[in-house]
Amino acid sequence: MSTQRAAPVRVDLPHEVHTLANGLRVIVHEDPSVPLVAVNLWYHVGSKNERPGRTGFAHLFEHLMFEGSAHAPEGMFDALLESVGGVNNGSTSSDRTNYYEMLPAHALELALWLEADRMGWLLPAMTQEKLDAQRDVVKNERRQSYENRPYGLAFETILAALYPPEHPYSWPVIGSMADLDAATLEDVHDFFRTYYAPNNASLVVAGGVNGAQVLPLVERYFGEIPRGPEAPEVQAPPVEAVAGRRLILEDDVRLPRLYLAWHSPAYFAEGDAELDAAATILAEGKASRLHRALVYERGVAQDVQAFQDSRKLGSIFLIVATARPEVPLAELERETMRQLEAIAAGELAPAEVERARNRIETAFVDELQHILGRADRLNLYAYYTGDPGFANADLERYLRLEAGSIAATVRRWLVDAPPVVLSVVPRGRWDLASSMP
Amino acid sequence: MRSTIDRAAPPTVGPPPAIVPPAVERHGLDNGLQVLVVRRPGLPIVDLRLVIRAGAAADAPERAGRASLVAEMLDEGTERYSAIELAEELDRLGAELEITATWDAINLSLHVLRPRLEPALDLLAEVVARPTFPEAEVRRVREERLADLARQRQEPRYLAHETFSAVAYGPGHPYAATLSGSPESVQNIGREEIASFYHQHFRPGNAFLVVVGDIDAADLLPLLDRAFGGWAPAMPMPVAPPDRPVARPSTIFLVDRPGAAQSEIQVGHAAAPRTTPDFFPLIVLNTILGGAFTSRLNMALREERGYTYGAGSRFEFRLGPGPFIASSAVFTDVTDDALRIFAAEIRRIRDEAVPADELERARNYVALGLPRQLETTAQIARTIADIELYGLGEDYLARFIERVRAVTAEEVLRAARSYLDPDHMALVVVGDRARIEEPLRALGLGPVEVR
Repeated sequence: MSTQRAAPVRVDLPHEVHTLANGLRVIVHEDPSVPLVAVNLWYHVGSKNERPGRTGFAHLFEHLMFEGSAHAPEGMFDALLESVGGVNNGSTSSDRTNYYEMLPAHALELALWLEADRMGWLLPAMTQEKLDAQRDVVKNERRQSYENRPYGLAFETILAALYPPEHPYSWPVIGSMADLDAATLEDVHDFFRTYYAPNNASLVVAGGVNGAQVLPLVERYFGEIPRGPEAPEVQAPPVEAVAGRRLILEDDVRLPRLYLAWHSPAYFAEGDAELDAAATILAEGKASRLHRALVYERGVAQDVQAFQDSRKLGSIFLIVATARPEVPLAELERETMRQLEAIAAGELAPAEVERARNRIETAFVDELQHILGRADRLNLYAYYTGDPGFANADLERYLRLEAGSIAATVRRWLVDAPPVVLSVVPRGRWDLASSMP
Repeated sequence: MRSTIDRAAPPTVGPPPAIVPPAVERHGLDNGLQVLVVRRPGLPIVDLRLVIRAGAAADAPERAGRASLVAEMLDEGTERYSAIELAEELDRLGAELEITATWDAINLSLHVLRPRLEPALDLLAEVVARPTFPEAEVRRVREERLADLARQRQEPRYLAHETFSAVAYGPGHPYAATLSGSPESVQNIGREEIASFYHQHFRPGNAFLVVVGDIDAADLLPLLDRAFGGWAPAMPMPVAPPDRPVARPSTIFLVDRPGAAQSEIQVGHAAAPRTTPDFFPLIVLNTILGGAFTSRLNMALREERGYTYGAGSRFEFRLGPGPFIASSAVFTDVTDDALRIFAAEIRRIRDEAVPADELERARNYVALGLPRQLETTAQIARTIADIELYGLGEDYLARFIERVRAVTAEEVLRAARSYLDPDHMALVVVGDRARIEEPLRALGLGPVEVR
């Protein structure tokens, strides 16, 4: 079989950027080959902007954004979009909240009208009943996705161990039941006025639209919404070394699972791309190091995953391995650390790096097949790098990776700085937890 | 804040532009393999979907899970490559090979950037034509499957689904199992059972290949001839679709999960095959009942009462009568009321014609949503493969929008009365028995059987 290194793929996301007088940043990406349009609005607020005692609020607020505004009363948002064949949703992360509509291109104006109405006229339609109803929905979301799910509480346990309690990454996006209960209508008003202003948001319109017609429409619906105060900076205390922190969580599970978590470089900072590649080399696909060693050769693990969870104030690198029944988690930890040390010691073969690069390149291009994926990328680059046109530079971060820089990054962040170690074990089976070294 | 423009009414939206469905070219290789090609210029991507016309419905109940183990074993070793070597080769090409079993087929999906298509094709052909099913890998994969089944039974949703399938179809019916089988049935599957499924069904005449992407048929066909030429033809072995199971009076099946914060609910019964002439009324019906955010079930259980994070319903269309399932996860104290609402909404859509505005919204949501299903090369390949597998006709996509928009309230009512049967439902609840059993018994929806 011939080894051909094809010419690197270039990704073009042609776009125009305008900033309205009220500070709303507008990014338009035209692609006449697509019969759809994506409207993608990022508010630069996430759970990092919450305070202790009100955790989960940014996400609860996201739910309230779908409950009607002054001119589009409750129920109209979804009904109107469905009636033109559109879908919509939103999501909240630690760093930002996004809202999107994807619909046939001719219906663009409808989505703009709806988004503008809730940016400008949400509060006149807000009621205690809406807050209470969505609080119940979110509490059910917490039950369904976390409390009633095996291993569902692992990640928030790790966050609390990685960060001091006053650090905004120390709590999960979903928040705690007690804090959700404590949220008031006054909190809703304050939060909206502080964070949901046009100057704290960026809007992408992408797809089969005529760029020259988009801007006047955006101006028509968003232009008169007044600028808000500058959102306050997030105050995050420095993170401490986490070496030696070992935790055990009992759960209704059959298979023990090991979580290793480290602090790592922020999104797009030096080392971020190297750790994405390290995650791929460690655990993406059957030929990856940990899959091969733990699942294939030694048969001690059921599955293994690794991620660089990139974030604005600093990231989290995670390795998660599920053991076969009765296998002590120390065995998984020992082999995982051995593989990390091997990479740091320069044992990475050029072929492994090439495989990781090619995997990442394919995944990168894939995401751009979806018009919504393109819209979200433009907003992501605008928010994290300041430059919506960062796509090719981003891909370039990966294509230029080499074994040496990956080894040095793994050494600095994953080998020289020991992780938080969480063992999730079946009830009564503390004997399976990892207590090494 | 006052507005200087009139925001009182939503802007009017004109008629949608016509949708041009992907054009399919059909070819045949000498060994009988049918090839369907859709040219899609743009990003340098090619998606291939090789479909074998045999899936889990072909498995005897005591060997449930066999088709999915065949799917998992295909890339665990071939005449030229070990499992790891194959994975390394695919990674080197940045290619993704995903092999899955459904009730009706085994699908091999290859996704690759155009410049690396040729070597990736060789790997696909190697996997489909020359797998060796090494004994040691069969043992390992089976052990993994057994541990995975143990893990899945800790998930309330999986437990509800496993129970629902068993009681809705009854012992002996292929659909009574789950695709991945049970710990008992997987024990009965070894190398011999896997190889026999392969030899029976993996024939070029029992398969077809869909190719979508940045490539011309003229460039593609010589590559396919070279890659798949060695795959020997033989008589295909068609699999007959399963029959409709015997209907049983409505019964509540309660699975105890002490201390559970929520109850997982699945309600339904066997319904229609994919080939039903009532397909379009059924998908419109389901959109109204539980297939969209504004559907009746989601509005009643989430938006009006806050019982859940979401509620919905679906018809799982297969060659045989796949199930209708309405489902949600609700907090424990409202389990009985949620079940009452499920039953009431299923009755209501059979008793009353749907109002015109609700019908219009549902029809538009399904019809005008078609372009969202055809955005990517992988989505197009999957859609074209389904049309071919289920024999839906070459004009299926061209007529889709008009057919959905032609569905009437009377047709929805007739479909509801033909395919929804509130007197013969399996109502499965996985939850905290100590807190929900008495209220469930008091509902009057049927006897309660503890599983």
